[in-house]
Amino acid sequence: MGKQLAAVVGIGQTHHRAKRQDVSMAGLCREAIDRALLDANLTLDDIDAIVVGKAPDLFEGVMMPELFLAESLGAAGKPLLRVHTAGSVGGSTAIVAASLVQSGVHRRVLTVAYEKQSESNAMWALSVPLPFNMPVHAGAGGYFAPHVRSYIRRSGAPTHVGAVVAAKDRTNALKNPYAHLRHEGTTVESVLASTMLWDPIRYDETCPSSDGACALVVVDEDTAAASPNPAWIHGTVMRSESTSAAERDQVNPLASRDAAAYLWKQAGITDPFAQIDAAEIYVPFSWFEPMWLESLGFAGEGEGWKLTESGETAMTGRLPVNCSGGVLSSNPIGASGMLRFGEAALQVRGAAGEHQVDGARRALGHAYGGGSQFFAMWVVGADKPTS
Amino acid sequence: MRDVAVVGFAQRQMPDFDGSPTCVEMLVPILAECYEQTGWTRRDVGFWCSGSSDYLAGRSFSFVQAVDAIGVTPPINESHVEMDLAWAMYEAWIKIQTGEVNTALVYAFGKSSAGVLRRTLALQLDPYTMTPLWPDTVSLAGLQARAGIDAGLWDERAMAEVAHRSLTDAEKNDHAIRKGGSSVADLLARPMYADPLRKHDCAPVTDGAAALVLAAGDRARDVRDRPAWITGLSHFVDSPGLGTRDLTRAPSAANAAARLDLDGVEVAELHAPFSHQELVLRRELGLADDVRINPSGGALAGNPMFSGGGIRIGETAQRIWSGEIGKGVGHATSGAALQQNLLCVLDADNGRVGA
Repeated sequence: MGKQLAAVVGIGQTHHRAKRQDVSMAGLCREAIDRALLDANLTLDDIDAIVVGKAPDLFEGVMMPELFLAESLGAAGKPLLRVHTAGSVGGSTAIVAASLVQSGVHRRVLTVAYEKQSESNAMWALSVPLPFNMPVHAGAGGYFAPHVRSYIRRSGAPTHVGAVVAAKDRTNALKNPYAHLRHEGTTVESVLASTMLWDPIRYDETCPSSDGACALVVVDEDTAAASPNPAWIHGTVMRSESTSAAERDQVNPLASRDAAAYLWKQAGITDPFAQIDAAEIYVPFSWFEPMWLESLGFAGEGEGWKLTESGETAMTGRLPVNCSGGVLSSNPIGASGMLRFGEAALQVRGAAGEHQVDGARRALGHAYGGGSQFFAMWVVGADKPTS
Repeated sequence: MRDVAVVGFAQRQMPDFDGSPTCVEMLVPILAECYEQTGWTRRDVGFWCSGSSDYLAGRSFSFVQAVDAIGVTPPINESHVEMDLAWAMYEAWIKIQTGEVNTALVYAFGKSSAGVLRRTLALQLDPYTMTPLWPDTVSLAGLQARAGIDAGLWDERAMAEVAHRSLTDAEKNDHAIRKGGSSVADLLARPMYADPLRKHDCAPVTDGAAALVLAAGDRARDVRDRPAWITGLSHFVDSPGLGTRDLTRAPSAANAAARLDLDGVEVAELHAPFSHQELVLRRELGLADDVRINPSGGALAGNPMFSGGGIRIGETAQRIWSGEIGKGVGHATSGAALQQNLLCVLDADNGRVGA
């Protein structure tokens, strides 16, 4: 039995803020779920199964929150599955939801990913001392800064490229009513003038900590036929590699390259730069845009920064990247990957509002996690897949 | 649906994990056993999925180091659920059903002895209203047991009979960490622990890990003469509201059973960490009187968190491989007082004529 077709017909997200004190965790998830169901023109009664994802439980201080959330997610009386794959979890969760449909086991699946970081302290949650583990305690920025320095050294990129990304994404975020950071007038110069945090990463090149959630409704071919603009799933992939293998290339991880190759093959894409109309790439620190552009095959090795610098990744460029403002503008960690997947779907549904790329037919959603070692990606299209 | 079978199973159960503070080292020999059983190498595994909990590990991203136990260079197709092994297996079964892969290895681990388990599990409750009160697992199970006694559904003797049978059966299980029946009267003479629960009514705090191997069609037949075919797999969750649901029932277990064919089941391995929960499950599943329950000894003989449910599936599969039974069901539970339940029907016959 081959894989069944599946499509996204509903997308919902919350307004992202540093502290959403107006809602509980359940209320936050429900805000995204209700919008997704409304968008899909379905109700919870129509949903066969629910898949929830989030980053570590220590971020909010609740063990296995899917259990206490079951009822408010609408899952009581239904199958409920909980996914956790580090920062890539939002993407992995969407992929598991898609698999439930592609396997022919369920017809209509609701998936939601969230993080309500304000309820605890993510830095604390990531800094628990562990036996036999190197105590970095530097936060994600401290961990990734050496990767960025290594990329700059290897590619010879000029040092302002990160600021180009930050200025672009923060400006794009102004077109997205759900974005967390809404900084008017962010420019390359203003980013370069911001405080240096972890050399070469400056304050304005980092993602915020956000409370937020994203929900998707994934359905089978028959159900999708009733939708005016389904986003068809053309390919999905998850790949993992180890944390600390000596031979790891942390700037361009093998798991990332393997994942991209498998994804493009599945989606029938031979030249991603030419064939992808919009990309939502997981860029929590600005320099990850050029790094991932290379790893994903949009540009040759050492060439990614040139696409960024020349403006090709701006909304007016040939490969608009993170028109939503991306992770740099909103980062509810567990939901950030699903937001990328959902924003890609919005683009091919022509439903991205002010940050819509004209005529987008095929889009990439991308997420990564851990120490650049877990990857989840999908390609969605306005047309049914032919391959 | 594709024909998928359980073809490999390895487990470790122990009262405390002596000598090393990590679960990763425990996984290495377990994965090795799976390779030995299947004749595979790591490259033969199409999909990996694990189950664990960061709270039990006392750290974020506890599965990250566990991935190192696989040795993931080159990279692997992998996912993780913050749930029991049984749900990791479910995700892998779904992946095989998409046709994308033909084989999967799933594993789970948990080291309960590192903390105070019954207190840690209180953090599974509603954090806004329940967790601040710290109602612990054993106390909640005590309330559930009392509700059933008050309703006339079971009594302390029926609970002791479950414990006695489990601990007697566990004598034949090398992995059991608590074993040895005496008599129902002896058990009833022991002191109360959390009234109406005595210690033998409660699963022991257990460290451990386990792995299951899945394969589709001919890949399964290549591994075993008598693969344990998965002919039904279903799971549901109930409300967490302890005050709003009937604690003597587990609708999610009944829902799962209603979607499966349990006729002819000879063995039911039920993940019941408290003796009375076996009685609840037996009723919800509608099992016939001649079905053997928990011949392994069940969770009362050893209950490693996050693999305890999957082990029930593995124990059932082993009895099919050996020819002892033709059909069985493995069950896993999660959450307080049987909130979430999964059932997996295994059959020596895949139900397909000419297959």
